[in-house]
Amino acid sequence: MADVVEDVQAQEKLIEELGYDDHFHEHHKQDKYASGFISKYVFSQDHKIIAKQFLITGMIWAIIGSAMSVIFRMQLGFPEESLTWIKPLLGKWITVDANGMGTLNPEFYYALVTMHGTIIVFFVLTAGLSGTFSNLLIPLQLGSRDMASPFLNMLSYWFFFLASIIMFTSLFLNTGPFSGGWVAYPPLSALPEASSGSKAGMTLWTMSLVFFVVSVLLGGVNYITTVLNLRTKGMSMFRMPLSIWAFFITAIIALLSFPVLVSAFLMLILDRGLGTSFFLSEIFIGGQALDHVGGSPILYQHLFWFLGHPEVYIIILPAMGLVSEVLSVHSRKPIFGYTAMVLSMMAIAFLSFLVWAHHMFMSGVNPFISSIFVIFTLIIAVPSAVKVFNWIATVYKGNIRLVTPCLFAIGFVSMFISGGLTGIFLGSSAIDIQLHDTYFVVAHFHIVMGVAAFFGMFAGIYHWYPKMYGRFMNETLGKIHFWGTMIGAYVIFWPMHYLGMAGVPRRYYKFDTFQAFADFSDMNKFITIGAIIVFGVQLIFVINFFYSIWRGKKQTTKNPWGASTLEWTTPIRPGHGNWPGKIPSVHRWAYDYSKGEREVITQIEPIGEDEKLDSH
Amino acid sequence: MELAIKHRADGTRRVPPMKFALWVGLASISMMFAGFISAYIVRMAAGNWLEFELPSLFMASTMMIIMSSLTLHGAFISFRAQKEMRYKGLLVISVMLGLSFVILQYLGWMDLQSIGIDLKGNPSGAFVYMISGVHVAHVIGGIAVLVVALLHAFGLPFIVTQKRIERLDLTCQYWHYVDVLWVVLFLFLTYYR
Ligand code: HEM
Ligand SMILES: [Cu+2]
Repeated sequence: MADVVEDVQAQEKLIEELGYDDHFHEHHKQDKYASGFISKYVFSQDHKIIAKQFLITGMIWAIIGSAMSVIFRMQLGFPEESLTWIKPLLGKWITVDANGMGTLNPEFYYALVTMHGTIIVFFVLTAGLSGTFSNLLIPLQLGSRDMASPFLNMLSYWFFFLASIIMFTSLFLNTGPFSGGWVAYPPLSALPEASSGSKAGMTLWTMSLVFFVVSVLLGGVNYITTVLNLRTKGMSMFRMPLSIWAFFITAIIALLSFPVLVSAFLMLILDRGLGTSFFLSEIFIGGQALDHVGGSPILYQHLFWFLGHPEVYIIILPAMGLVSEVLSVHSRKPIFGYTAMVLSMMAIAFLSFLVWAHHMFMSGVNPFISSIFVIFTLIIAVPSAVKVFNWIATVYKGNIRLVTPCLFAIGFVSMFISGGLTGIFLGSSAIDIQLHDTYFVVAHFHIVMGVAAFFGMFAGIYHWYPKMYGRFMNETLGKIHFWGTMIGAYVIFWPMHYLGMAGVPRRYYKFDTFQAFADFSDMNKFITIGAIIVFGVQLIFVINFFYSIWRGKKQTTKNPWGASTLEWTTPIRPGHGNWPGKIPSVHRWAYDYSKGEREVITQIEPIGEDEKLDSH
Repeated sequence: MELAIKHRADGTRRVPPMKFALWVGLASISMMFAGFISAYIVRMAAGNWLEFELPSLFMASTMMIIMSSLTLHGAFISFRAQKEMRYKGLLVISVMLGLSFVILQYLGWMDLQSIGIDLKGNPSGAFVYMISGVHVAHVIGGIAVLVVALLHAFGLPFIVTQKRIERLDLTCQYWHYVDVLWVVLFLFLTYYR
């Protein structure tokens, strides 16, 4: 643990002398934010509480979403084992035959796969990650009292909550939740008669996601406005920590791409409800011709992936920002190539709007158009590689502290490299002919997005836990959690590359009718066992998290990690408005670690006479 | 309810944060319409596309909404200039013009219906209904905000404060936005068939 000598008095004196007095606390004598349980913990407008609300809701969804994957993996890996024991939970979705052999209903298998994807992508890795840390860190690291609009911020959470309730309700429908895949391609999604999950399940799914988008937009408007308007004195854009840059750029991407998803959903809703034919061409179902004419399902794919690809960066950029912070703090070195980091995030954000059709190479788009998308897709690897290089250079020869958050941050880099490399395979349209819709794709995006983003989130949680709860999470459990997840994730997803290269398609209920895939049943068992173990390891994290809220080791110093950023200059448990007196002013960038004799110089210290200004 | 911390910490204040937030929100609404329009273009390029004239009522409604923007701007200027009667009068006229826009759009849809363009047929018709319909939804949102402005105008004593100017300013900006948005959509739907 950090043994940075902390001079609390000197710090407070700095804030008092150089800080900015906004007379905040005079206006807030009878603080409406802090009165009463309801307004303090439920309909709170305090960004720190809202952050925790996002985090805990996200965790609940993460448990539900990953439990689903364990269930469908058990069916896939062990089709000959009976699942009767799970019938109390799943009821009629477990079919028990005359021998007492219980199997998962195939329709529900698809529903589980779909819900798993939707929940993890949107509710956990978007709301739970960006929602939590943008809320927690933007005001704290920028030196502002709260978000630009605490009220809209509160609404943002409650729209997410509403979306959650609707999605959760859909799990209990008689016809089952939506089952057409997280991307919800028509015609399957557009025709209630196409499958039982496309009935009420799909209606609730679209409703839930529209509310979810509203939540993202309200949050995003706030993040952008706060970053541009409410930075403290001296906090120029290029003195902001990389985490803030990441949240800021993420919010911009979200605001430009999510509305396009809404337009796709509106058209889908009209096709479903009012009989329009945006996405539906002449179609027969059960021998019956439907009266839809002249629509194009490919159109939906264009609209969806115009969001869909930026969405993956909406997920990964905040994780990248958190990891940059954590790596720099714990290797006691300035981040390598700060400006390059910012520029490559901007480049990634820009390019992410130009590559969507790489998800559609196999949908019959013009091969010449494909080749343009191949080029842009491969170009995006360049800024990604710059970032990876900089992270490694940051850690290299650092005085590294292998505490849990730092381990997860390093794990993130490992995952991002492994998954990024397979992206380059998939980005080449010729190779994608073989790999599209196989387990290779599943391996690619789980490693690069799923696991990597989770690692970023874990790094963030372990690192900023003291800021949230004034206590630490248990280190030993944390290390078990890290190693179990790190090894387990490769155990699960590495073999999937081989499955994919052999052509094993994703989203299949079973493979027993395919002679060619018979060889892989042992591999599938292996993967399933890995998944069960990794799920168990996550429960250790959940226990550690909640146990530590009340029983964790107490934080005794303001700045336990010896970090340079502003959030560690607040009291250990910051109240509403974050700083009791003045707001600190900022005099340097966020990465003055191991400078000269000193291990860390916080951002609030004026530049000394013998120092060069902003040395980066 | 206090919506924002109004000053940058260094005391400067450029665009008020709420106004800035509104712009960001409007950018995002624009992206939704950009989604519709690009879908329209892509679908049209694919052929099998029914051509038809937009109802002339849409021309009239366009005039209405442009006028409403002008009168609303007048109301805003009068408010700042402390001209109570002009302010109230123009505000009322703006709301009326806004409502008539919605009614004319509705009548326009009826016209379309009567020449046999309905939601279910060729997507070219459905696009017009959807794009104008989603736009009208935003106009109705705007009317709701204008009604709040009316309540302020007639319910509160006439005192010109910075806060009220800012609030009216936000209302006007949103209204001008839905106005300009419609003009763009109207021109697009008229000339790109
Ligand atoms: C080095 C850069 C990357 C390249 C070149 C790349 C390329 C691709 C391609 C071509 C596909 C489509 C494969 C197919 O369906 O046949 C794909 C799928 C996917 N990628 Fe990437 N990728 C990269 C990085 C990322 C990152 C950073 C993320 C997320 C953080 C990500 C998330 C996904 C997801 C979620 C899918 C699958 C979506 C689905 O079909 O369900 N990729 N990637
Ligand atoms: Cu992509």
